[in-house]
This record gives sequence, structure tokens and C-alpha cells, in this order.
Amino acid sequence: MYFFAAEGGETTHNPILPLWQEIVVGGIAFIILCFVLMKFVFPRMEQTFQARVDAIEGGIKRAESAQAEANQLLEQYRAQLAEARTDAAKIRDDARADAEGIRQDILAKAREEADRVIQAGKDQLAAERATIVRELRAEVGTIAVDLASKIVGESLADEARRKGTVDRFLDSLESSGAR
Amino acid sequence: MFGQSNVLAQGEVNFPPSVEDFYLPSIAPWGAHNNYWFTKITFMVWLAVGILILFFLLTYRKPQLVPTKKQWIAESIYGFVRNNIAVDMIGHQGVRFAPYFTTLFCFVLLTNFFAIVPFFQISPNSHIAFPAFLALISYVLFNWVGIKKHGFGGYFKRALIPPAPWYILPLLIPIEAFSTFLVRPFSLAVRLFANMFAGHMLLLVFTLGGFAMLNANALLAPISVLSWVMTVALTFLEFLVIVLQAYVFTVLTASYVQGALAEEH
Repeated sequence: MYFFAAEGGETTHNPILPLWQEIVVGGIAFIILCFVLMKFVFPRMEQTFQARVDAIEGGIKRAESAQAEANQLLEQYRAQLAEARTDAAKIRDDARADAEGIRQDILAKAREEADRVIQAGKDQLAAERATIVRELRAEVGTIAVDLASKIVGESLADEARRKGTVDRFLDSLESSGAR
Repeated sequence: MFGQSNVLAQGEVNFPPSVEDFYLPSIAPWGAHNNYWFTKITFMVWLAVGILILFFLLTYRKPQLVPTKKQWIAESIYGFVRNNIAVDMIGHQGVRFAPYFTTLFCFVLLTNFFAIVPFFQISPNSHIAFPAFLALISYVLFNWVGIKKHGFGGYFKRALIPPAPWYILPLLIPIEAFSTFLVRPFSLAVRLFANMFAGHMLLLVFTLGGFAMLNANALLAPISVLSWVMTVALTFLEFLVIVLQAYVFTVLTASYVQGALAEEH
């Protein structure tokens, strides 16, 4: 009510009419307040709220991803373990089969070797026997002839005949022995 | 024309209190009666602005994810207005108005609060200039927001033409115009002003009434005491009014903004 005041003296105030000076002062003060709080304080509060939300949600997300990773690793390990078990079983089977094969081989070889040794022995025996027979034949003939000549006391002049006689005798002996 | 303090100091009682008790002498220049630039009232406005700026800047200088006690208080004030007024009234897009609403709420609350602070004992809002300025901002805000959202024609069409049969529109349009564009800012300003004015007046009546009775007759002393007890009780009531009016002013502003933003009536 500045114009009343300007008239001077005692003035009466009408409370429903604003004083323009107070509007100016209140307006400036309130605008300063708005400027400072709305520019420097409340936006930062929003940021802090947002950061807090992010921190909480980020924590949950991190935990979830860690859980997922752990589950994946567990699956992977399980798969690897199963694979390893299969591999081990396969290796064991292979080893068993190999061992069986080797055993069979060794047995076959041993058998073969044994057969060979036996054959060789037999051959040698046969050869020795033949040699002995041959030597005996000559020796027995000589001894027999010597003995016969000593017994008979006479030397058989005819070599060829003597030989033939001895051989025939021995043959008859052999054939009778073989029979 | 005498302030309350003068009354007490001089031992004489200016009873009943009048409107002039609200217009205190100027501080600078000292004692001038019709100079309003620097009075107790404007000093309290500057003080409220200073306290709020200092409080929020100091508590929010280094905001932390895990708040300190002071930071928590500041955040609670903002969070209250943001979630319980802005978001509740306007919805998710109300967040962008929350800084203004919080500033408005804090300013009205603190300036109201001076009404019951010893040695201040009067609220700047008992002078209509301050509520009027705040109501003017609210008025400009909700109209501007509405025009920005719906366009000039669209906004006024929405605001003025309710979905009603055509023959009733000649009646409705003037009522809508009157209530939205004239009554709203006026009622907003007057509601706050009148509450604070009446509150101060009540406290004056009972405080000064006690002294008036004591001065008139010593035998009335018990009634004086009763009168002062009433003052204490009314101070509690005044506290309720202070908080309620700050809340109502903010909520109504939010409601007007919501109405301006609304898609439907």
C-alpha cells in the first residue's frame, strides 16, 4: 500500500492487498532459493538416488551373472567328468583287449616255438639215428665178419660175396625186427 | 500501530489487536513506518532462504551412496515431496517437477514456522505478498506446462470445454474459466495467507488478552493465566496449521500441474 504511505501520516493497511515492495523482495529471495536448490542440490539428489538404484541392481545383476557362470562351469565340469569316465572305460576295454591279443600272440608264438624245437629235435634224432644206423651197419658188418671169420677160422676170399651175404643177413634181421 | 514487543515493554496493552499489528516498523531505516524494504518480515524471508540454502548445500556437498545422518534428512525431505506429492499426484513424469515442489514446500514450511518461533512470532506468509507471489508462480507453471503439452488451443479447449452435452456448455464454460483461471491462484494465495494471518491474530488475542485482563483488574489474574494456557495450546494448533498449509499449497500446485498435463478430463 505504498501509495497510501506516500500520502503520509497514519495509514490503514488492507491485509488482502499485497505490498509491492514485499512482492519484489519475496520474489527475488524465492527465485534465488529456487535457483540454488534446483540447480545444485536436487539434481544431485536424483543422481545419488539413481546411483543407489544402479548399485543395488548392478549388485543383483553381478550376482546373477556369477551364479550363471558357476552353473555353466558346473555343467562343463560334469560333462568333462562324464567324458573322462567314458574315456577311462574305453581305455580299460582297449587295454583288456590288447592284453588278450598279446596273450594269444605269445601263446601262439610259444606253441610255434615249441613245435619248432620239437621238430628240430626230432629231425636231429632222426639224422643221428640214421648216422648211427649207418655206422653200426658198417661196424656190425665188419665185427660180424671178423667174428664169423674168427669163429669159422677161415677168411672168406670173395669180398663181393661176403658183402652180399652180410647185407642179406642184416636185411632179414631188420625186416624181422621191424615186423 | 504498535508491535507486540512495544506493548510488553511499555506495560500498556493495545487490545484488541488490529491489522496494524502485522505491519511492523522498518529496521533500516530504523523505525520508519511506511518503508517496507527491510522489515522484520523481509528479514525473515531472507533468513529462511539463507537457512535453506546453507542446509542443503552443506548437507549435500559430498553426497554418498550410503548417506550420513544429515544427508539422510535432506534426502528424506526431497524424497517425501518427490514420492508422496510429485509422483503420487502427477505420476512418473512428476519427477521433473519435484525439485520445484520441494523448494516451494521447504520455503513455505520454514516461513510459516517463524509464526511460533520465539522472538520471530510472526510468519511472513501472514502478509499476502509472499503467498501471492508463490501462487503466481504456480499459476504460470501449470498454464505453461499445459500449453507446452497440448499446444495453446488444445490446452484451452481441454481446460474450458468439459465433455458435456452442447446445450449445457454455455453454462459450463464460464464456470470452468472462472474456477480454473481466476479462483485457483486467488484461493491458493488467500488460503495460505488467511491461515497464517488468523493464526497470528489468535495468538495475539490470547496473549494480549491475558495482559489486558491483568491490567484491568488484579482479580482477573486466574483468567489471564487461562488465556496464556490457551496461547500454548493454540501454538500447538498453529504448528499443525503450519505443516498442513505448507503441504496443502504444494499438493494443490501439483494437482493443478497434473490437471494441465492430463490427457482426459
